Amino acid sequence: MLPANLKPEQFSGYPPEARKLAVEYLGVFQRLPLSFLPNLLREVIDYDYRFPAERKTLEKELGNLSSLPAPELNQWFREFAAIQLSPKLEQFDWINSPSQFVEQLSSHLWTTHQVDAFRKAATEYADRLYAAVQPDPPALPRLGIAVIGQGVDEHEEPLFRKLRPHGAYFTAIQPDNGLQHLLDVVATRAKSTPLPYAHWYIDGAQEIPHSRAITCVSYKNLEPARAALLARIQAETTKSGGGPEALRTVMSQMRPGDLGFDESGDRVLDFFQVKLLTEGSGTQIFSTSFAQWAAREALRRAQPLTLLVRFAPRQRQKPMSELLSPSHEPEELDPMGSLVDADMAAYYNWINQQRLPGSEKSLFLAWFENHREAVAISPVMPRGTVSSSAATLPELLSWMA
Amino acid sequence: MSGSRQLAQQLAFTRREFLRNATGVALGSALLRPCAFARAATPSSRRKVVVITFGGGARDQETFAPEGQENIPHLVRELIPQSAFFTQVVNRGILGHYVATASLATGVYETINNFASLPPESPTIFEYFRKDFRRPASDAWVVAPSNGFNRIGESSHRGFGPGSGARVILPKYLLSAATSGSTDYGHLLRDSYETPLSAPELGGSPFELEQMERILKLSVADFKSHARTLSSPDELSVYIVRQLMHQLAPSLLWVTMHDIDIAHAGAYSLYIDGIRRTDRLCAELWKAIQSEPEYAGKTNLFILPDFGRDSDDDPGGNGFQHHRTGDVLSRTTWLMALGPGVREGVVFDHAVETIDFVPTLGALMGFSPSFSPGKPISELL
Repeated sequence: MLPANLKPEQFSGYPPEARKLAVEYLGVFQRLPLSFLPNLLREVIDYDYRFPAERKTLEKELGNLSSLPAPELNQWFREFAAIQLSPKLEQFDWINSPSQFVEQLSSHLWTTHQVDAFRKAATEYADRLYAAVQPDPPALPRLGIAVIGQGVDEHEEPLFRKLRPHGAYFTAIQPDNGLQHLLDVVATRAKSTPLPYAHWYIDGAQEIPHSRAITCVSYKNLEPARAALLARIQAETTKSGGGPEALRTVMSQMRPGDLGFDESGDRVLDFFQVKLLTEGSGTQIFSTSFAQWAAREALRRAQPLTLLVRFAPRQRQKPMSELLSPSHEPEELDPMGSLVDADMAAYYNWINQQRLPGSEKSLFLAWFENHREAVAISPVMPRGTVSSSAATLPELLSWMA
Repeated sequence: MSGSRQLAQQLAFTRREFLRNATGVALGSALLRPCAFARAATPSSRRKVVVITFGGGARDQETFAPEGQENIPHLVRELIPQSAFFTQVVNRGILGHYVATASLATGVYETINNFASLPPESPTIFEYFRKDFRRPASDAWVVAPSNGFNRIGESSHRGFGPGSGARVILPKYLLSAATSGSTDYGHLLRDSYETPLSAPELGGSPFELEQMERILKLSVADFKSHARTLSSPDELSVYIVRQLMHQLAPSLLWVTMHDIDIAHAGAYSLYIDGIRRTDRLCAELWKAIQSEPEYAGKTNLFILPDFGRDSDDDPGGNGFQHHRTGDVLSRTTWLMALGPGVREGVVFDHAVETIDFVPTLGALMGFSPSFSPGKPISELL
């Protein structure tokens, strides 16, 4: 089956809005190479459960492709068309299982030494698309906040080494009631710019009370879903004939109901959380990995205006078989290791925020929870500087604007 | 010059400058022949070679870059000043640990499924070595971390294959059998990190406890007792390596480390711990080589990663966590050579490939890796 032979009825298995979108752009799909199209269909098939920012991005991409005259479209996809695929891939049900196709495509590209060519084609496509479809600027400058070090009294190695060159390092922050102050700032921004999924709070443990206008994801709240997932993984891995690839396929097909989510919940957010657990590596077992990956995916997909991530101690390392076994024993925690994890993760949060439109005006604050150290990055903050000025967190945030 | 090649050269330049500043090593060139093994006092027939793959892949910023050097004090202070160091070793193959290690061991970019229990398709260094020198099975060994590596000792190639390569020891498999999965030893039984949710299958015939007692002269009780004093799977591997060196003194010994690969779980502190441990274990093995009479003065040690990890700058990856993007940082690594005939403290920053490694060892030791398209590294000849 090649894209040129696509017919509208072949999208009957798609959710309603995704099906409508696919049929609308069928003419474009028919002209795209097979090495590219399933990647696009991965986005289309989940359209009903995508965040508004993702929907808009996808609609713009499809609109742009449909506007390209045939010679130009061919030029855009010349390098993708040169990728050699196997008959097995061509026969795969890539319409209904685009993610699994992409997994197999990836393996094929590595095996046939075409991964560099594909990478080059993908990079060039992204550059062309960016030039043709300029993203909308954010409604207000983005604000990222990382709170690290919960449960740590003292540390030996310096913090924020990766972030400090990009902003000002403060050593005399007044920590009293700091987390609440920061959540209040998120709530204020959510109230003043009330866009859906635009203001987030991610907690690596149990979230603290917060405004209902904020989208919240927490490691603790997902405990039942994580336990259900680990039980399912155990069941799958004890089956004979299964392997890592078979397990990935099973996990990629999971839906919120499979992990015990309430059917009446927020479907978009529930799908997002399922993907955090089924696509992220380490998110099922380490709260620091969960918080970092959740922040990355929230930034990449929802493109929030405000994102507060509070890291918490993860469990100590144990054999993977034990980590993956559902257990009722209290977790033994590793606060010091988690501080190091979260310090690096805060840096990744900033990098990922800077990949979004409006990065030249973005603000980023990293704070060592309940301590005096923080790093503030903004267009007005002098880079690579150190300040011993006493300040509260709200004062510091006001200086960043 | 392509962008990726420029980046690779820049990476090599950075490593070279760091090494020059930190250790005072000299810059090598084609005019400065560092060697050579050919003139070394040990005849090639008596020479021994130990290879350590610096397991799981580590990036420059956590190792050779200025901010990373605190993680590799033993490499920087003890080993690099005694070594010839190649700053730009490029892996153009598949970046999965089993298949990449198989590529290193065959000198061919293998394309076998990284997660299947399959032998390499091209002849391995162990098969070339044993066939050309008519060496017994006891002279070539692999110590490897994961069940998935049990087939790496010999290929499926016609003319080689079963019985003609290296024996493979999986210390975790042995410990698991010895302890029946007792939780007291759980920290030494960590599984493959590349597929943390599903341990690889065990293929072929594993080296069993009975063989450990008979061949390594190591009782199950002593093995368990010593294992209690260790903190990681790689420490267990090094313990077995030392037993092998002491009891059998194989001429060709290949050790695959993997503690660093815990990075896949996304915990940066555990990744750094793995690097620091591997750094220490490399130095311990070099000391062991010098203290074992069968090895001292006639053994070359080669240390190299199978590949690197993704850069922070590639939006397709997630930084240190994986090696999935195929970017320059994940493809470009280094090689350290120590021992007789090696000109110490010299750095070479021109590009070589991972598939050049087996032809280089072939040229040094005198066997013919006829199916490898790689080229011997001239500065080591």
